[in-house]
Amino acid sequence: MTQHMTQPETETVDIGVSSDYKYGFHDDIKPVFKSRKGLDTEIINQMCDVKGEPDWMRQYRLKAYEIFKQKPDVNWGGDLSGLDFDDIYYYVKASDRTERSWDDVPDDIKRTFDRLGIPEAERKFLAGVGAQYDSEVVYHSLQEELDKVGVIFVDTDTALREYPDLMKEYFGTLIPSADNKFAALNSAIWSGGSFIYVPPGVKVDYPLQAYFRINTENMGQFERTLIIVDEGAEVNYVEGCTAPSYSSASLHSAVVEIVCKKGSRVRYTTIQNWANNVYNLVTKRAFAYEDAHMEWIDGNLGSKLTMKYPSVYMMEPGARGEILSIAFASKGQHQDAGAKVIHCAPHTTSRITSKSISKDGGRSSYRGEVRVMKGAKGCKSTVQCDALILDEKSRSDTYPVIQIDENDVNIGHEARVSKIGEEQLFYLMSRGLSEDEASAMIVNGFIEPLVKELPMEYAVEMNRLIQLQMEGSVG
Amino acid sequence: MSTELVIKDLRISVGEKPIIKGLNLTVKQGEIHALMGPNGSGKSTLANALMGHPFYSVDSGEVTFGGVDVLELEPNERARLGLFLAFQYPTAIPGVSMANFLRMAVSAVRTENSNGSETTELIPMRAFRRELREKMKQLGVDESFARRYLNEGFSGGEKKRAEVLQLAMLEPKIAILDETDSGLDIDAVRIVGESLNQLIGPDLGVLIITHYPRLLTYIRPQFVHILLDGRIVESGGWELAELLEKKGYDPIREKYGISPEVLADDDVEDPLSALRR
Repeated sequence: MTQHMTQPETETVDIGVSSDYKYGFHDDIKPVFKSRKGLDTEIINQMCDVKGEPDWMRQYRLKAYEIFKQKPDVNWGGDLSGLDFDDIYYYVKASDRTERSWDDVPDDIKRTFDRLGIPEAERKFLAGVGAQYDSEVVYHSLQEELDKVGVIFVDTDTALREYPDLMKEYFGTLIPSADNKFAALNSAIWSGGSFIYVPPGVKVDYPLQAYFRINTENMGQFERTLIIVDEGAEVNYVEGCTAPSYSSASLHSAVVEIVCKKGSRVRYTTIQNWANNVYNLVTKRAFAYEDAHMEWIDGNLGSKLTMKYPSVYMMEPGARGEILSIAFASKGQHQDAGAKVIHCAPHTTSRITSKSISKDGGRSSYRGEVRVMKGAKGCKSTVQCDALILDEKSRSDTYPVIQIDENDVNIGHEARVSKIGEEQLFYLMSRGLSEDEASAMIVNGFIEPLVKELPMEYAVEMNRLIQLQMEGSVG
Repeated sequence: MSTELVIKDLRISVGEKPIIKGLNLTVKQGEIHALMGPNGSGKSTLANALMGHPFYSVDSGEVTFGGVDVLELEPNERARLGLFLAFQYPTAIPGVSMANFLRMAVSAVRTENSNGSETTELIPMRAFRRELREKMKQLGVDESFARRYLNEGFSGGEKKRAEVLQLAMLEPKIAILDETDSGLDIDAVRIVGESLNQLIGPDLGVLIITHYPRLLTYIRPQFVHILLDGRIVESGGWELAELLEKKGYDPIREKYGISPEVLADDDVEDPLSALRR
């Protein structure tokens, strides 16, 4: 095992920034149903009634709520003192029915999508998009090809009605309610999210995408995603989030479970750009069986506090887990991001690559875990964490946990912290770039190894968001 | 009208230590000057200060470019006026491809209002690609350069050729070449020298800063200056370079009573080494 800590350069550069949220507008949409603030069994029962859920889910939710109440407050990671569980709307339904085609989507909701600047080119993907508006999916048009090859791509509420067997078999099996306090909360009050099932051998050769937004002040969003990829199948799922900004804190607490069966390939990409008053507390976990490859690509640009550590449990020989994490923490932001890889079987491999950027008083932390169970011989794992700190006010930490209960393994961990060098800035400025342009170029170069893994339109958006953050002129 | 870089009685210190002690020099578009001096004479200090490196403080004197006082300008503003520095130690920028960087830089210096504001419009991709390909072909640079990350993992020779490619693309009025021949074997010096020769013409003024005269056999300067202890002590033509080639700096040191011990101060020759990886 190797561990390197170096601090190659000592100069710092002060770059002005404004942290105003770019998408800080909100449309006047009337929720059809909205619970009062706070959470109790009455609200949960009310929600089950409105949604017409089966009794097993009602019991599941009520039990999870008891676990949520019993679990002590989370006292690690980030500062959650600004989060008041009683000051949140737990269930809001924006539109009465799930839309089947783009033409049926209400105009004001379309307008919101327009203002988000979803490019025309991406409209072609809309047939494969489940766009989540408030707590419920309002638009969900399934491309015919998906139906033809037996791929199911619906919102999770629909899945509960139409695919109860699959839901019963897998729901909550990777992340039980008792896993952590926020998983318990999500299990009690979840709404929306994506459900995907890919039959054996089916390869979905374009990304399935979903857009997420929060639009009711103080409302929590608790989507629940379950993806089951059968033997030898392949799928690539992309979620991008952008939210209007509000003065009081919002909570986003999702749960994502992914089952990667024998020989499957799964990639799950997230670009998270929540408004910077949102607490983003997400549990993501995948089980990879024999020779399956699971890959998380996780970009965190927004939110006030993010705590998110996508994990891969390698359950059978030949499984591979890979996690690429990008975090950008600016003024008032704390990105506590990372990854977990758990080697439960011999001859499994994993790789974690983390790149974080802190600027203008922002704080980014890498929190990661590599665990090798007894008997998991011949495992290989490499972890690489690079942090870039742009000024003296900003901060970066790494909290790696490595637990190895087997001798015959090969584990590498490498962490590096750097600052933008005066020499790099001078070099680029001598070629005509302004200081902001030069800094943005260096930052974009720093995350380039990850950005090039994103679908084209996300890569472009990512670069643009970083440019805006660096220029300090947003709006 | 040809543009002039005019340096008058320039004095520069590094920390408390005076390095450039009253230097006068004028370089016009279309002229080739060589500024020669031994280690520690202040060559790199001068080159970096002219481009506006924040590490160097100019104590007094004047530098104008086309009549504009450049000492108060940021490096990018100087670049937009048409000044260029080919670095002795080009810095690597990981993750930034040569092509992306050059497109941004070319767009920045070719902006209509060269007032140092943000680069708002990039030159069209197609036109840029065509131009880049032509220049690479002209200079014999492999096309794979465009996709590589800027200076990352470049050999010494590749770094210098990349500097010459940037010079070709940015089309400055005056270019300062800081020890462009240093660290190169004789074949690499020839390749870089021949590339530079392609760019020489009435629109380009060149100030070649060098320790050894070998690059000058490829680009023959009209003017040769000798820098000793922060001042230009002699100026002349090609014969000065030939004299140095034959006899070295010692006769000149003796003539001006400057001891070599003082000059062999590595910290002064490369004060930036500590900032570099």
